Amino acid sequence: MTTATVTRPTEEQAAQQGRAARSRRWRAGGRRELAGLLFLLPAIVIFGLFAWWPIVRGLIISFQRTDLMGTSEWVGLDNFQALFADPLLGTAVQNTLLFVGLGVLIGFPAPLILASVLSTVRRLGGVYRFLVYLPVVIPPVVSVLLWKWFYDPGAGLFNELLGKVGLGPYPWLESPDTAMLSLVLESTWAGMGGTVLIYLAAMVGIPQELYEAAEIDGANLWQRIWHVMLPQLRTVIALLLLWQLINTVQVFTEPYVFTGGGPQNATTTVLLLIFRYGFQQGNYGQAAALAFLLALALALMSAVYLRATRSWSKS
Amino acid sequence: MSGFVSETSRRRQRTRGALFTVHALTLIALVLIGLGPLYWAAKGAVSSPTELVTNPLALWPGDARWGNFSLAWDDLQVGRYVLNSFWIVLGSWAVQLFVAATAGFALSVLRPRIGPYVYGAILATMFVPYTVSMVSLFLTIIDLPFLGINIANTYWAIWLPAGANAFNVLLAKGFFDALPGELFDAAKVDGAGTWRLLWSIVLPMSRPILAVISLLAVMHSWKDFIWPLVAIADPQKQPIAVALTVLAGQAPQDQLIAAMVLALVPPVIVFLAFQRQIVAGLGFTGVKG
Repeated sequence: MTTATVTRPTEEQAAQQGRAARSRRWRAGGRRELAGLLFLLPAIVIFGLFAWWPIVRGLIISFQRTDLMGTSEWVGLDNFQALFADPLLGTAVQNTLLFVGLGVLIGFPAPLILASVLSTVRRLGGVYRFLVYLPVVIPPVVSVLLWKWFYDPGAGLFNELLGKVGLGPYPWLESPDTAMLSLVLESTWAGMGGTVLIYLAAMVGIPQELYEAAEIDGANLWQRIWHVMLPQLRTVIALLLLWQLINTVQVFTEPYVFTGGGPQNATTTVLLLIFRYGFQQGNYGQAAALAFLLALALALMSAVYLRATRSWSKS
Repeated sequence: MSGFVSETSRRRQRTRGALFTVHALTLIALVLIGLGPLYWAAKGAVSSPTELVTNPLALWPGDARWGNFSLAWDDLQVGRYVLNSFWIVLGSWAVQLFVAATAGFALSVLRPRIGPYVYGAILATMFVPYTVSMVSLFLTIIDLPFLGINIANTYWAIWLPAGANAFNVLLAKGFFDALPGELFDAAKVDGAGTWRLLWSIVLPMSRPILAVISLLAVMHSWKDFIWPLVAIADPQKQPIAVALTVLAGQAPQDQLIAAMVLALVPPVIVFLAFQRQIVAGLGFTGVKG
């Protein structure tokens, strides 16, 4: 931390000077400006058509009734009214929050613990990292279908294995009580690898002297973890947690492929609802309205979160 | 690297024993949760449907039915879907690399006056997840502004939006910024044009970052599901990820599992080949998904 703050300004200054000098010399030619625009053009066209315009248009059509023929009329707040009249909205929000909550409960400590163990490994480190990251490279649809087979109440792997030790059988995806938990278990398995490796990199970067100093002061293993390692990881933990929150709020593949939102709508999430409104019912306005509210909620959540963690890391 | 377990305590017999036990248990657990499901999928793929039900815990089927793979490849048309995925990945990769390289070059080296504003607008899109603007993106591809054409059901509907990836531009610009400016000046003195500068100086020097962008692009577009599901309705054109969800409702269990194995083999091979770069790429990508 301290070394970084010492070196960073000088590097930055040097880079800035270099850049300024470079642009002074280059700008001499007036063709430069034109060439710059020309090379920016692909990005402007692509971002314009497929990022900026859809974002603006999403806002517009949430106040319109739009059909595939391209006709649209302003309907004021009708889409939002229809949205709030849908009893499924509350269910979807609740389910999404449940997924996020369970996801944090299981998916937040697990990679942190795993990374701590991995940070003490000296031999075969590459093997550990390979195994940890392997699930991440498997396409999500394949992972979900694989787990769906494992969860099978008839002859699925999990119930068979648990049956050997006298547990279960559990209904997994078939019951509204356990369906969401089943989704979270799979998505934690599928997504954990990247987080573990990022934590691991941050842990390896902690200066060894800090641990040594703590040890000389008589800190035991847990104290070194609690008072040295975790505080050093504060920023990384805060960012990864926010990243996990934003990602889990937008969960789609798991409920869509595992359960299609069932049983009894127990796994119908907000994104599944957007998908249904838009692409199954052709109700683009209402879908866009919900998407707009989702974006608003994400922005609000991020702002509150960043504010809270900023004061937290100051103290 | 010894982390929170210090050198002195590592010399103690008890700590060594404890560490060894923890490491061994972790390794076993990682093999079970990392390789286990893949092994189980491979086993399931060559089992007969009856064996899957009557003897689900068998470690290997009595008679391995390797023919399941060719049945899946031909009868379930997995071959076609995998090929579709290849085209989608190839085009997405090319568009992403092209947009990132040209934009990064313009913003970092040519630096036109509107550059900072465009860069700001590009970065701003990182704060709007694409699931949020998915509905309006769909309405955009079925009737492209100014052109008025419908690119839904063609791979352009996946290729072109893939290029709108702010993170790639950020990576490319950041890397180009760190290249020595004297080189560009020298090239100019030698009479190199703008295009020549990009092609012969900047790009060859930027292989590491181009590799990172390429790997991210390939892995991501092979895994992508929700957008191809929306953009490609024609079953004959769907990538394997989308096709599998359809097959899941129709195909016999053993062939379906064989199809799943065929779908996960390409990314696993890419991972095996480029493990070092992918893991290192996480350092670049930091906390971005």
